Amino acid sequence: MSTPQERGEFGTQGARPGGGSRERVLARVRAALADVPAREAPEDVAVPRAYTPAHGQGATVDLLVDRLVDYRAHVHRVAPEELAERIGLALAHRRAHRVAAPADAPEEWFARTATTVVRDGGGLDVAELDGMDGVVTGCAVAVAETGTIVLDAGAAQGRRALTLIPDYHLCVVRADQIVDGVPQALPRLDPARPLTWISGPSATSDIELNRVEGVHGPRTLEVVIVE
Amino acid sequence: MRIALFITCVNDTLYPRTGQAVVRLLRRLGHEVVFPESQTCCGQMHYNTGYRREAQRLAVRFVETFADADAVLAPSGSCAAMVRDNYPRLGEPGSRLDRAVAELAPRVYDLSELLVDVLGVTDVGAYFPHTVTYHPTCHGLRLLKLGDRPYRLLREVRGIDLRELPGAAECCGFGGTFAVKNPDVSAAMGSDKARNVAATGAEVLCAVDNSCLMHIGGTLERGRTGVKAVHLAEILASTEQEPARI
Amino acid sequence: MSSVSPRSPHSAVPAEAVPAHRSATFVGMPPFPDAARAATRDSQLRHNLRKATHTIRDKRDTVVSELDDWSELRAAGKAIKDRTLRHLDHYLERLEEAVTAAGGTVHWAADAAEANAIVTGLVRATGERDVVKVKSMATQEIELNEALAEAGITAYETDLAELIVQLSEDLPSHILVPAIHRNRAEIREIFRDRMAAWGAPAPDDLSDDPRALAEAARVHLRERFLRTRVAVSGANFAVAETGTLVVLESEGNGRMCLTLPRTLISVVGIEKIVPTWSDLEVFLQLLPRSSTGERMNPYTSTWTGVTPGDGPQEFHLVLLDNGRTDVLADTVGRQALRCIRCSACLNICPVYERAGGHAYGSVYPGPIGAILTPQLRGTASPADAALPYASSLCGACYEVCPVAIDIPEVLVHLREEVTARPGHLGEKAAMGAAGWVLEGERRLGAAQRAASAARGLVPRRLPGPGAAWTDTRDIPEIPEESFRSWWRREGRHGRAETEGPAPGQLRDDPAERAGRGEDGGR
Repeated sequence: MSTPQERGEFGTQGARPGGGSRERVLARVRAALADVPAREAPEDVAVPRAYTPAHGQGATVDLLVDRLVDYRAHVHRVAPEELAERIGLALAHRRAHRVAAPADAPEEWFARTATTVVRDGGGLDVAELDGMDGVVTGCAVAVAETGTIVLDAGAAQGRRALTLIPDYHLCVVRADQIVDGVPQALPRLDPARPLTWISGPSATSDIELNRVEGVHGPRTLEVVIVE
Repeated sequence: MRIALFITCVNDTLYPRTGQAVVRLLRRLGHEVVFPESQTCCGQMHYNTGYRREAQRLAVRFVETFADADAVLAPSGSCAAMVRDNYPRLGEPGSRLDRAVAELAPRVYDLSELLVDVLGVTDVGAYFPHTVTYHPTCHGLRLLKLGDRPYRLLREVRGIDLRELPGAAECCGFGGTFAVKNPDVSAAMGSDKARNVAATGAEVLCAVDNSCLMHIGGTLERGRTGVKAVHLAEILASTEQEPARI
Repeated sequence: MSSVSPRSPHSAVPAEAVPAHRSATFVGMPPFPDAARAATRDSQLRHNLRKATHTIRDKRDTVVSELDDWSELRAAGKAIKDRTLRHLDHYLERLEEAVTAAGGTVHWAADAAEANAIVTGLVRATGERDVVKVKSMATQEIELNEALAEAGITAYETDLAELIVQLSEDLPSHILVPAIHRNRAEIREIFRDRMAAWGAPAPDDLSDDPRALAEAARVHLRERFLRTRVAVSGANFAVAETGTLVVLESEGNGRMCLTLPRTLISVVGIEKIVPTWSDLEVFLQLLPRSSTGERMNPYTSTWTGVTPGDGPQEFHLVLLDNGRTDVLADTVGRQALRCIRCSACLNICPVYERAGGHAYGSVYPGPIGAILTPQLRGTASPADAALPYASSLCGACYEVCPVAIDIPEVLVHLREEVTARPGHLGEKAAMGAAGWVLEGERRLGAAQRAASAARGLVPRRLPGPGAAWTDTRDIPEIPEESFRSWWRREGRHGRAETEGPAPGQLRDDPAERAGRGEDGGR
């Protein structure tokens, strides 16, 4: 017996929108909203935005460090000239033999490391990524108040799989990429790009509501802030 | 000041001593108490159980009974909350009931509000030489937003030893017909509340609502804890000359 | 009792009567009061729930009190959702347009059967037999896993709590943490006994340390993530303006499912829309703090259609009605569609804490379930009609709700719907009789006198429905006379002890009164 889907009853084949139950659902929505005056535009429903753009919970970089440490990320603050050495030390401490990095990550990041850096321009397959000891990237934005690093697959970040499969993620954050709160982060980000907001290493609270770090995503997050 | 007492059906029938305490207290403070006899019930049980029409009829009776009052005292947090919070949902917008409620509801007070906000008094000259813990009740806490008013009144009582109640903000599990429709959950909540009360070591559990006190007090009695449930009015009415019986 | 036996009432179903990968169902569960009775007597369950809900309550309190503009964020969240709902047709069309423009395909499902057929058809079209799933309430609601199983497709749950539920053929009992009713020892037993049947087995020396349990889940699912080519997800938000979908999660299983497969199918309720990208600034603050009690959850993924060379190259969005338009049509009940599934109302609810999630007989338990389920399914069945009464109306849920859903208001509204149906004759008669007595002060006085006269006759334990009270509580003594009778006899003759001063004169210092704001003054 064919399913309704196979019979094409729902018009779900291909990219053609508007088939099947589209009109039915929209008609039901409109009928349900009979109480809304026809003249009312969406913007006529007032949205009070009295909330504050940032909560002033501390100096931006200090706050980011505090929040990241709270999530049990490893955090370092360095001057630009110390960055390569810090990355080298971190990878050595990690005993990483091979790490992945986006094709466009600056060459100077890796000037002081003995670890093999495998550049990914999209060519590494899942198994190869799984064989890496870690990944080193930059970021698009960091949010101090929530301890969040946002990757947008832009400069020095690579595609999403790159920062997902390796068990260790070292992220370089420039001070000028740090904003105070979520409301300052969104305008800096392009929703058309795939975004990953990272707040500490992967974690779960599913067992007795106690937070445990380290499940499917990288179990160790190391952040180097360049000031 | 002339204060119209809305005794509430539960107090009227089961806890007349609370009403008597209110009368004694307000007269002691120099105020006149009137009791409009056409009053019966605010309709809370009907409303909360889904019997809106019955509640509407009782709301009409309430607003007719108290229309002329300067201030209405309901010595029951949940009944005061019923009038202030739910009556405005009962009448069609613009209807007579709706207008009457809008006019009257702001003048309906719980005891602690009447004393602190309207009569401007926290020291009512009471004497109550007992250890007491206070349960804020859900309606008092979340609908009337009584805040620290009852505590301010209790702190001024001479001889009192106030104990903090752990988990104070949590519901006791009475909930009107909830206690009958979901007896097991209600009893489980009640016994946890009673355990917290007993853990304070207080002799007396105080609240602004006799329904909650009936539920927790009944659980305390069944558990033979010796803790007595006493309405705030009775503590505030208590003096050296006329001490409350507990 | 073996600690891994499912707590669902269907645990007695013989293995041969169900498909290889069984899953329990809420269908046929007893009404709330009966289901809750069993839960209140399960001391292990009571302990697990108490510990978990109190832990999360405290965490939420801490991070919410950090934000001095919480009530403003809450007001904005409520208003944004109201704007969306009042113009949902407009926003649905914008969303469809934007998703399509970004390379996604939009499907519309009027009900569960249609949504399941769409998803089944899409998976079949890929030729795959396995799908990985990100935790999704919508797909649980439509019982997608069961529908896929019938089509020979296995859905693997990848969220840790969902995995626990799936492995133990149990039912979810919480929106955020579906296995909240299980403690670490029970979870260890489930992993040891069941993992091998689904994939990589648990290590022989598995301990009940949450770290070890999380590691076991990582190992169990790792290969599955790396090789499965189709994923099914839900979404926390769908941005109409940009066509962006948003998933908040913690473990990284979401990232795995949203990134590695070739095909991604997202089943999303039509109420999940927010109008604009910048509206997320409100919800990305409200949701994590209300939900897991964190300033931000570990991972949030957003995607818009497909991105060449990054992530799934085929994306399908299935917009699900399945009763939501019925909720939308109810001007009081509509506010339930503001829900962002944070679970704060479950965690604070004293009834949920004692009854547990299964008692609600739905994937949506707790206070939000008590208003959502009867609206999605109607109140015709005894189980659905009991849900609006599964609350003491204490109001704690409303207080913590980040989008200000007045749950008690909707509960009472639904109770009116229940009492308007045929039946409930005993209660209706009692309410009618009480109403008749209370509608006349003389009738009330007569009833009180009758009660006082019979006061010596009231037994300590009442028969019939009254036993529900006297089983655990003493009943108050009926007084000799009512207040009303005392007032007539004695009370009205009293006088004020001193001439009452005008109210203004009695008040405290005005400056002190002005400072009363902090105690919640009206």
